[in-house]
Amino acid sequence: MSMLEIKDLSVTFGGLHALKNLDFRVEEGEIVSVIGPNGAGKTTFFNMISGMVTPTSGDIFFEGESLLGLDPSQVTERGIARTFQNVRLFANMTILENVMVAQHCRTDQKVFGALFQTKAFKSEEEAIRTYGEEVLSFFGSRLTGYRLDQPASVLSYANRRRLEIARAMATRPRLLLLDEPVAGMNPRESAELTTLIGRLRTEWGFTVVMIEHDMSVVRDVSDRVVVLDHGETIAQGSYEDVANDPQVIEAYLGRPVGSEEIPGESS
Amino acid sequence: MTAISNDPSIYETPGINWRRQIRFGLIGALSTAFISLAGMPVGLDGRSIIQPVLSMGYLSLLWVPFVFASIAGSEVVLEGMAERQRSARDLWAGALVGLGSSGGVVLLMILIQNFDLRDPLVNWSPQLLELLSFDRSAAFGMVIWLVLGTFLGFLGGSMHVVPQKFRSATLTVCLSVFGVSVLETFLTDLLEGFGLEGLTDLVYYKRGGLEVLGAVAVAALALAVPLIAGPRVARVKTQVIEMPSEERRRVNLALLAVSAALLFVLPFFLGKITNELLANVGLFVLLALGLNIVVGLAGILDLGYVAFFAVGGYTTAVLTSPNSPGFSPELPWPVALIAVVILTGLVGLFIGAPVIRMRGDYLAIVTLGFGEIIRLLFLSDWLSGWFGGAQGITNIPGVNVGIATVKGTDPRSVFLLVLVFCGIAIYVSWRLENSRLGRAWMAIREDEDVAEAMGVNTTNTKLMAFVVGAVLASFSGAIFSAKVGSIFPTSFLMLVSIIILVVVIVGGMGNITGVIVGALVLIGVLGGPKQPGLLQEFSQFKLLIYGALLVWMMLKRPEGLVPNVRRTRELHQEEFLQDAWLKGEIDTDDQEGTA
Ligand SMILES: Nc1ncnc2c1ncn2[C@@H]1O[C@H](COP(=O)(O)OP(=O)(O)OP(=O)(O)O)[C@@H](O)[C@H]1O
Ligand SMILES: [Mg+2]
Repeated sequence: MSMLEIKDLSVTFGGLHALKNLDFRVEEGEIVSVIGPNGAGKTTFFNMISGMVTPTSGDIFFEGESLLGLDPSQVTERGIARTFQNVRLFANMTILENVMVAQHCRTDQKVFGALFQTKAFKSEEEAIRTYGEEVLSFFGSRLTGYRLDQPASVLSYANRRRLEIARAMATRPRLLLLDEPVAGMNPRESAELTTLIGRLRTEWGFTVVMIEHDMSVVRDVSDRVVVLDHGETIAQGSYEDVANDPQVIEAYLGRPVGSEEIPGESS
Repeated sequence: MTAISNDPSIYETPGINWRRQIRFGLIGALSTAFISLAGMPVGLDGRSIIQPVLSMGYLSLLWVPFVFASIAGSEVVLEGMAERQRSARDLWAGALVGLGSSGGVVLLMILIQNFDLRDPLVNWSPQLLELLSFDRSAAFGMVIWLVLGTFLGFLGGSMHVVPQKFRSATLTVCLSVFGVSVLETFLTDLLEGFGLEGLTDLVYYKRGGLEVLGAVAVAALALAVPLIAGPRVARVKTQVIEMPSEERRRVNLALLAVSAALLFVLPFFLGKITNELLANVGLFVLLALGLNIVVGLAGILDLGYVAFFAVGGYTTAVLTSPNSPGFSPELPWPVALIAVVILTGLVGLFIGAPVIRMRGDYLAIVTLGFGEIIRLLFLSDWLSGWFGGAQGITNIPGVNVGIATVKGTDPRSVFLLVLVFCGIAIYVSWRLENSRLGRAWMAIREDEDVAEAMGVNTTNTKLMAFVVGAVLASFSGAIFSAKVGSIFPTSFLMLVSIIILVVVIVGGMGNITGVIVGALVLIGVLGGPKQPGLLQEFSQFKLLIYGALLVWMMLKRPEGLVPNVRRTRELHQEEFLQDAWLKGEIDTDDQEGTA
């Protein structure tokens, strides 16, 4: 059984087919990259998996159970976490609070515990904090130490992206959806993040689906590449296969001006 | 850097912005004319600040030239630019603004003399003219106003020329004289409690303003106390800050315990009127703390919050009063309270469930509607068999606590009861804010969709905020019911919701201390929707002042009087980021730390 299985799925906005009859699978332990020109429907694809957009038809199965009709928080509880392309942190909460609040669905202390400061409440708070710090230390010293109590809004762009990933990790997912994790990073930083994405699988045991425009990252880390265009899968396979696929090259090149990068060249 | 910014030919410091001065002069003129026509000078003339020199009525006009001149003179200093060298011309600029402001009064006097607009403008009256002419001829009054305005503007302008120390001294003196005068009822009451009537008789002119000598004494004291005690306080402060955190926590706790104890002893030294006033403030503190959880923490703009206050009040009335028309179990108050809390919580769920799915403006409008619906239900003939319709429910007994009965005729006991519940509400707010639930509320306030995507069940969490807020309001309602002894639908107008919201906003959203300060300032000094404050003469201008304060707050200090650090960041994001950047707090490099 595949970890994630999407069957014949479509999403339409008004008359626009953002996703068309999509079939997609992810096996446990894979790192899959989704690429495609701007507006291909990649982010919509993530929104649909995470429950923020309801599919018009089709079905999604995660570990054998359908995700249709679940609220985003329930999807997260099942074990799927995501990051956002246009970084959406809780900007005025501290860095530590950002990863603490993400553990909401893994914890359960309510009003009573907080008011009477029960043992269970205190130990849970301690556990939330410890795990939060552990997740943050995955990025070295960048998000730890004195930074813990600073608001997320003071972080540099690259660090905000890192915190987004840390926040998603804090929900203790099994499947991690990363929407353009290295966008806005310089080559050295994206190389560093590429190794980290590899370690997400080996050390944390996450399965990763990643949307990425930076082809060097895609090449270095992914087991499999899926190409979307106009909401349809036009190719999939290993990086080499996909990069040499005539249909893919056409999707990137055979378009009017103002389009996108070419696979094989890093953006 | 330095070489460039020191070169005067590039960064020539700009002179006085005369256009700004003229603009402020004109705004000042409009303000004084408006204040006069709103009836403040005549309406407030009865209350004197310093007898017989200055009454609140004149003060309502005289602050304009001074304050406007000093605001007109303040300039934003841009980073990297030298601050403009102040000179005597700043004084004249201030004088110009002052002249403009008093010009408004003079123009109004001329108009009143020559035209009769009394029909639409009630305050277009001979009394106003008489007051503005200082009971002499109009021409005399006009000259005095122009001279006085110019002089006050001059003083306002001088605030930027004199050294900082002098400026803060002036501010302290003005505020303390005004404060001591305004707090007269409270202070005489308190000093009487300690048997010090002699002192108040010396300072105050028989109930109504300070004596001239008293004012001088207060001013002298205001100057002397910081001089003598200032360094010592500062020393203690640094000592506390330098303590290890464990010890500092203990000192803070001790301080908290001492002030709580003092607060509980306070009512025994206060008279009836002050206790009554503080009990009213306490009821609003309770309401504001509850609304603060809903609006300040979870970011749900609830405009119908009074509904929960009403449900709490009515439930208590029905359960305790022998006169309850329908069902009358005549339970003792503490037992009834349990039922009240449960019932109001349920009403919170019931109203919250449909409302919570909406967002922003829609949510605000729907809650506004629910607030009115609840009041109309209590008023309706349909339910009058239960709630007595417009006749309400009367004869609600007080709270029997063994040794004494807490009821309206004994404001001291009411105040004590309110204090206990305020303590509970503060504790609840504080603990919840620092818990899993509190973090989830904040996340929802920041970005609801992302909070949901990060695993927070936003529907339940927001509902929880609604319920906790409702329960806190029901405490207030239950005490209100027992205090007043009777309950009518007119106590629960929409205005109450609005005033609670204003208290929260003015005090500082999301901040417990801020909310308490807001209630003290607004309800204590100006008065609540029906309750008089310290300045009883203000009651007819209360809403005007609330409105003006709210507008000013939104423009100049959206974070409230006692801001919450987080909210401040949110509201002044850009400035904050710039400051942080200048202080080197923002990280721009990514050299440090590798994984
Ligand atoms: N909520 C929405 N309502 C209407 N149209 C939408 C919505 N979300 C996305 N779309 C449209 O669906 C299409 C796919 O958008 P999507 O954001 O998924 O593209 P993308 O592949 O992520 O592009 P990019 O590389 O720029 O991130 C676009 O044409 C977009 O305008
Ligand atoms: Mg996208």
